[in-house]
Order: sequence, then C-alpha cells, then structure tokens
Amino acid sequence: MKAETRQGWLFVAPWVIGFVLLTAGPMIYSLYLSFTASTLLSPPQWIGLENYRRLAADPLFYRSLGNTAYYAVLGVPLGLLLALGLALLLNAPVRGIGFFRTLFFLPSVTNAVALSLLWLWLLNPEFGLLNSALRACGVAGPLWLQSEAWAKPALILMSLWTAGGQAVIFLAALQGVPRELIEAAAIDGAGVVRRFFAVTLPMISPALLFNLIMGLVGALQVFTQAFVMTGGVQPGSEGGPNQSTLFIVLYVYKKAFQEFEMGYASALAWALFVLIVGCTALAWRVSRDRVHYEGGAA
Amino acid sequence: MSAPAAARLTRIGTLYAVLAALGAMFSVPVVWMLSSSLHELAAVFAQPYRWLPVPLHWENYVRAVTILPVPRFLLNTVIITAPVMLATVVSSALVAYGFARFRFPGRDALFALCLVTMMLPGQVTMIPLYMLFSRLGWVDTYLPLIVPSLFGSPFYIFLLRQFFLTIPRDSEEAALIDGASRLRIWWSIMLPQARPAVATVLIFTFIGTWNDFFGPLLYLNSPEKATLTLGLNLMKTQVLGSGVVEWNVLMAASLLVLAPNVILFFLAQRHFIRGLSMGAGK
Repeated sequence: MKAETRQGWLFVAPWVIGFVLLTAGPMIYSLYLSFTASTLLSPPQWIGLENYRRLAADPLFYRSLGNTAYYAVLGVPLGLLLALGLALLLNAPVRGIGFFRTLFFLPSVTNAVALSLLWLWLLNPEFGLLNSALRACGVAGPLWLQSEAWAKPALILMSLWTAGGQAVIFLAALQGVPRELIEAAAIDGAGVVRRFFAVTLPMISPALLFNLIMGLVGALQVFTQAFVMTGGVQPGSEGGPNQSTLFIVLYVYKKAFQEFEMGYASALAWALFVLIVGCTALAWRVSRDRVHYEGGAA
Repeated sequence: MSAPAAARLTRIGTLYAVLAALGAMFSVPVVWMLSSSLHELAAVFAQPYRWLPVPLHWENYVRAVTILPVPRFLLNTVIITAPVMLATVVSSALVAYGFARFRFPGRDALFALCLVTMMLPGQVTMIPLYMLFSRLGWVDTYLPLIVPSLFGSPFYIFLLRQFFLTIPRDSEEAALIDGASRLRIWWSIMLPQARPAVATVLIFTFIGTWNDFFGPLLYLNSPEKATLTLGLNLMKTQVLGSGVVEWNVLMAASLLVLAPNVILFFLAQRHFIRGLSMGAGK
C-alpha cells in the first residue's frame, strides 16, 4: 500500500470507526429491531411485519404524525418568512444595525429547557405576559398549552421567536448579492418589489433552500419544548391536552424509554426516518431548477 | 432640504421605527424574565403587573441554586463539556486533515458519506445505542455522553477541512522535506494556522454540549449526576409540583443557565456567524 494511502486512512480512521460503531451498525440493528418484539431485558423475538402492521392501525401514531405535520407545515414557512423579513431589514446600511442584529439573533443561541420555562410562564393563561397584554387590549386570551386547539400554535409562536438563527444565514446571503446587479435592475426601471423577486430572491435561493431543509428537518424532530412544556409533574404525562402536542419524536421516546417497547419504537423511528428523508428529497427535487448557484451547478 | 434627501430621511426613519417595534417584541420576554426573577412571589402574580421589582429580591437567585444542588450540576456539566470539547476538536481536526491533504482511493466517497451522516436524524440510532451503552454498564455514567466525541463530528470535520484547504501548502512541503512526520505537521503547522476554525468548533461544541438535554435525559438517572440543563427540568418538576409555583425562582434559575451562553455569544459573536454561514455555504 502506498504510504500516502496508509497515512490518509489513519487520519480519517477515527471517523470511519465511529461511523461503523455509532451510525451504520446501530442503524442496521435498529432496522432489525423494528421486525422484533423487544424489551430492554429480553432478547429480541422476530415477529416479521407485525410492528409495522400495528403502526398502520395505531391512532396515536396518526395523531403524532398529524401534530408533527401541523407544526411543520405552519411553523416552517412562517419562520422562513419572518427570518427573511428580518434579514432584509437588518441588511440596511444604517448606524446601530449591529445592535439590532445581536438583539434578534440572541434568542436562538440559548438553552431549549430555559427557553421552554420562560415560554411556559409567558403563556400562563392567568398571569402570563401574553394574556395580560391581550387582556389590556380587551381580548380574552386562550388557555394556550392547556387547550387542545391552542397548544400547537403556542409552540409555533415560540419557535418564531428563534427565527434569528435563520435570519443570520439569509443576511450572509444578502450581503453576497452584488450591488451592481440591483443597481442595473433599478436603472432598467425595476421597482423595489420587482428587484426583490427578479434579482435578490434568485441570488439568495441557495440560502433559502438550506433554511427550508434545516427548518423542515428540525420541525419534524421537535421534542424538547413539547417534553418540558406539555408534561405535567408525572413522568409519562407529556403530550398536552388530548395528545395535541404528541409529536413523533416524543412518541418514539415514550415508547422506547418509558414503556421499553424497543421493537415498536424502532419501527416508529424508521417511519420518521423515511418521512424526513422523503421531505428532504422532495425539497431538493422541487427546488432543483429554481435554485441559482453562482458559477454554474452546485 | 431637497426632495430626495427628505425621502431618504423618511425611509430611514421608518426603518428605525420598524426595527424598534420588532426589537421590543423580541426583547420583551427576556426583560419580563429578568423582572420576574427579581420580584417577590406575590408580585409575580399581581395584576396589573409591576415591571420594576423594588426592592430587588436577589434571594430568588440564592434559592435557585440551593433548592436543588445546582453547584453540583454545574460541576457535572463542566466534567462532561470539557472533555467533549477537547475530544471533538482533536478528532475532527485529525479526520479533516486526512480529507484535506491525502489522496487515497475511496476518499471522496468517504467524505460524501461523512456529509450525508450530517443530515441523519438521530432517532434511528438512539435505541440501539442506548441498548449498547446499557449492555456496557454505561447508563447513569457520563461515558455515553463523552465517548462518542472521540470519533469526530461530521459538521466540524467539514468545517475544518474547508479551512485546511485554504492554507497554502508551502510550509508543509518544506517541513516534509525536513523529515517532519504528518502528525507533527498537523499539530505544529496546520492547527496553529486554523486557529479561527478551531475556535469556531470549540464554541459550537461548548454550546451544543452545555445545552444538550436529550443525551443527559436518556443516560443520567440519578438526580445528583444531572447536568444544569437536565437539573433545570428537574427543578421545573419539583416547583410545579408544589402548591404555589415559584415562577420567580424558576426564572432566576433559567437566567443562570442561559448566562454562560449569552456571555460567550458577546465574546465571540463573529465565530457564531462564521459557523452558521459555513453550514449554509455547502
């Protein structure tokens, strides 16, 4: 073997070993588990497609699927719009803009449990800031997390507060748009709106695709907020009123680590995996011809 | 004043007004959190709410760190975070150097695979990993949270590799001719030049490990082994389970857990931006 080959493999060996032991091996084993009845203590028993059959008839699975879809379909586009809006504002070359950039970005560098507690308090129906403000405007606020209808919108509202992270990515892309292009469009008589849709948006489309995919993948895996905010004092009570915040990952967690049904939980995890890969692939395909990469194809 | 100048002023005025309004909406929760954390309990529930806590009830913060053994949680968090930061940066930089500077069959396929794993959702591996660590007797120890960092992390491998590629090869080649080993070159030529990327990796690893909730939730059962983030959730359960919920103490505790993040953010703002935009640039 050539020395360079041997040395190269030696340097990348930590990742290769980690990939085999911590990623590929466990993935194969979890696929196997999904065809077994398995608890933590007893050895897995092959039951074929039984877990998937059970999953296809499990109302809680559909509930978690619906909740997750609701959260993603509403939350991701709203988050993208807000982040893009913020980035356009923050791209303005005016004094003190750095202060505002910091202000909007700050909520997204923090601790999910601490933020969940803050929002639990903000959303408190009786004493929370949100409903106090609504009361001051003469509106009776909803019960938020204690209401089946409002629990998910409450979590989406909270997620919008952390849109600053995506805004930073949009901002970096906006700063890469050549001024000459926008000025040329202006000279040609394009108005602000036209300039945005014909020049700016195509130029930042890679950032849009990135934020869309990351936002989607993140939303499909939402867990901590639901676990911390909609769980009562008793373990196992997570999931909100009438399971309205039982998201897929929360359901997988409950099945695996509260009820120790490792086989069924693995089948649920694989359903989620297929969903995530499918959504990502779909986003890629749909955007393939619409995303503009500077200097040709990606 | 000329008409265009007036129009410009109006535009800038509107921009500031919109920024200020949005800025207020984004910061009001934090101001409220701070205000709640310094109120006595009755004032927290007072209607209408009084924003200024007079006098300041600093004892909420004392209670926040004594109601549960928070100093212990802090120590536990440091015991996990420090080795994870070190192991992540060393292993990721070794692998990144391998991908950046060696030509060997299969390298590009391997690197592509590494990028793909960056997108893999952790749920398909978490159950087997839990069973594995439980078989090894590692549950309720820090090992499941630390050991995986020895194998490099795809995103940081990518980030460091991109940075290594921008470093000119001259001094490396000179060192090779002088008979320096590759490991030596990695340590004394590559790493010093990649300092900004290394700093970005350290900061992101710190943020990720310090604030991790899922890992400690899965693997740490004994309350005295909890990290700050997990401990905050334990505190929530305890406080919510008592008669009158001490929101002032919960907000004080939350602010204490947030503080290191915020301080680090202000010290190293450009690293945050770099890390984020590197992710998007791929």
